[in-house]
Amino acid sequence: MNPAVEFRDVSRHFGTVRAVDGVDLAIEQGTFFAMLGPSGSGKTTCLRLIAGFERASAGEILIFGQPSARVPPYRRPVNTVFQDYALFPHLNVRDNVAYGPMIAGTAKAARHRMADEALELVALPGVGHRRPSELSGGQRQRVALARALIQKPRVLLLDEPLGALDLKLREQMQTELKGLQQRLGITFVFVTHDQGEALSMADRIAVFDAGRIRQVGTPEDVYDRPRTPFVADFVGSSNVLPPEHVQRLIGKRCWASLRPEAIRIAPDATRQGRADGHDATVTGSAFLGNAVRVALELDGHPINALLPKGDAVPDTGSAVHLHWHDAALHLMPDEAAANEG
Amino acid sequence: MKAEAAGRDGPLSTRRPSGLPGRVLERLSDGLWRSPRALILLLVVPPALWLGIVYLGSLFALLAQSFFSIDEFSGMIDRELTLRTYAELLRPANLDIIVRTVTMAASVTIAAAIIGFPVAFYAARFARGHWKALFYLGVMLPLWSSYLVKVYAWKLILAKEGILNWLFETLHLSWLLNAWLALPGIGGHSLSVSWTGTFLVFLYVWLPFMILPVQAALERIPASVLEASSDLGAHPWQTFRQVVLPLALPGLIAGSIFTFSLTLGDYIVPQIVGTSARMIGQAVYQFQGTAGNIPLAAAFAVVPIAIMGLYLWVAKRKGAFDAL
Repeated sequence: MNPAVEFRDVSRHFGTVRAVDGVDLAIEQGTFFAMLGPSGSGKTTCLRLIAGFERASAGEILIFGQPSARVPPYRRPVNTVFQDYALFPHLNVRDNVAYGPMIAGTAKAARHRMADEALELVALPGVGHRRPSELSGGQRQRVALARALIQKPRVLLLDEPLGALDLKLREQMQTELKGLQQRLGITFVFVTHDQGEALSMADRIAVFDAGRIRQVGTPEDVYDRPRTPFVADFVGSSNVLPPEHVQRLIGKRCWASLRPEAIRIAPDATRQGRADGHDATVTGSAFLGNAVRVALELDGHPINALLPKGDAVPDTGSAVHLHWHDAALHLMPDEAAANEG
Repeated sequence: MKAEAAGRDGPLSTRRPSGLPGRVLERLSDGLWRSPRALILLLVVPPALWLGIVYLGSLFALLAQSFFSIDEFSGMIDRELTLRTYAELLRPANLDIIVRTVTMAASVTIAAAIIGFPVAFYAARFARGHWKALFYLGVMLPLWSSYLVKVYAWKLILAKEGILNWLFETLHLSWLLNAWLALPGIGGHSLSVSWTGTFLVFLYVWLPFMILPVQAALERIPASVLEASSDLGAHPWQTFRQVVLPLALPGLIAGSIFTFSLTLGDYIVPQIVGTSARMIGQAVYQFQGTAGNIPLAAAFAVVPIAIMGLYLWVAKRKGAFDAL
């Protein structure tokens, strides 16, 4: 089975800016695929390359095994949910959703029936007669989703569709999108800068930085086994330890990642008799609701630790003693890591 | 901190200006801030007076004149309300003027829309930086020079000895121009004394008034909306037909109001370039000036107003402003 989308050494340059720089990627059919990265990392450009709104400066994009370079957007088996939803302001909700079938020449009664079904699918019945401007952000988002799904796309592209929603609605939509994808069984390609969103929804994640993919893998891969300091830092804001520091800790010279939640803090007094501990100083703490983030200084390097709620928070300025399982210190000996650093 | 410095029981406000003018202005702005209604009144009353009394008032005075009539023998205005003057409008000679003017205004409007749209589209969707500045300059520059200068310039361009004739001759296309000028109605001895000439000059002088509102309307369409249309399977032509045109329609209507009404009321262009057959503007000019028939001039002036009103009503009924 061909991948739904395949990038072969794809680049997209805008003048001297390399928005996408030599990307190789295969998105298997039926997966929920997240493109994760900070703004300006090239993830949205990649999505637009799949949709056909941008053309690759170099390389080749295959969609279900077919070269796409000469295929305009309106003939691709993909549909997009836009970041700003891009609903047609002059059409009511039903006609917005029925736009694709209308273009395809479906009769009015039939396409309105299809539109109502699609609105039902996204749990938004009974708003067909309204204008997009009369809907809330969350409702518009669902209309945009229905308008794309009515086309029965083989790949659905979502460009930060949850970015404008408030937290509670976002979490609800995350669950719904995931459920929808599993029910429909089509490939979802999802662009986001929110690592929590990517981790909770995606089957596979590609982490973008500066136009390149730093790592592709399952959420567990990316979170537990980051390949580069950038991935470690961006996904779950890990403590990234430079080679010199790691050498002092374990005698091996390479980059390493240490998850804040893996660090245990013990008061200085309990140090006696434990050989595996590390001296550190508390420089501050912040209450996060379900946990407390403690800022520490370890051998002159700032690192963060995450204490579960209820644990005693050490005073700022106090000397403490840190320990962690050897396995928690994830080494990144990769060449990519060295290049990036 | 500052409130404390002003004294524990002192006023809440801080940073008071020193100097009399500063304090007076401050009192004024404080007062306006506390009573927003006074502010709105202050902003609205002067323009309302201007629009209501000077502008609309004189317009209604004019309209009222159209319900008077003129005594055929004495030439005096009979101030009794009657529809006789309007009946006079329907006489073949006068009806001719109306039909001719409306046809001209409609052709100019349609041509301006066809020529102006691509220009506006390019400026709104593709031009950036210097090119955009150049666009504005190109569209606005003709407006900086006197309208009379432009019209006389066109008279020279269109004249028998003018550059256009020379161009056709050089290209060995004189036969084409002559064939066009031989057409009844729109032709004539030369372009400068033909309806085609009048049309070309009108098109030139009013084109910016079509381009600018259309460009503003197109500028407001987000790029993602056009991409969405394409994404949903629409060919560029379908996207234009289903999305661009409906969303640009308010701009097109606004532009057409300008080109249409400006052509309807103009009396200088047809006087300088064109045939001896009159347009509404010339008729109004002559009836109120030379002929002293103010009621008929007023009745003629009502025609463009009625046509524009009807036009806007139809446009609204057809949903042209739904996207606003």
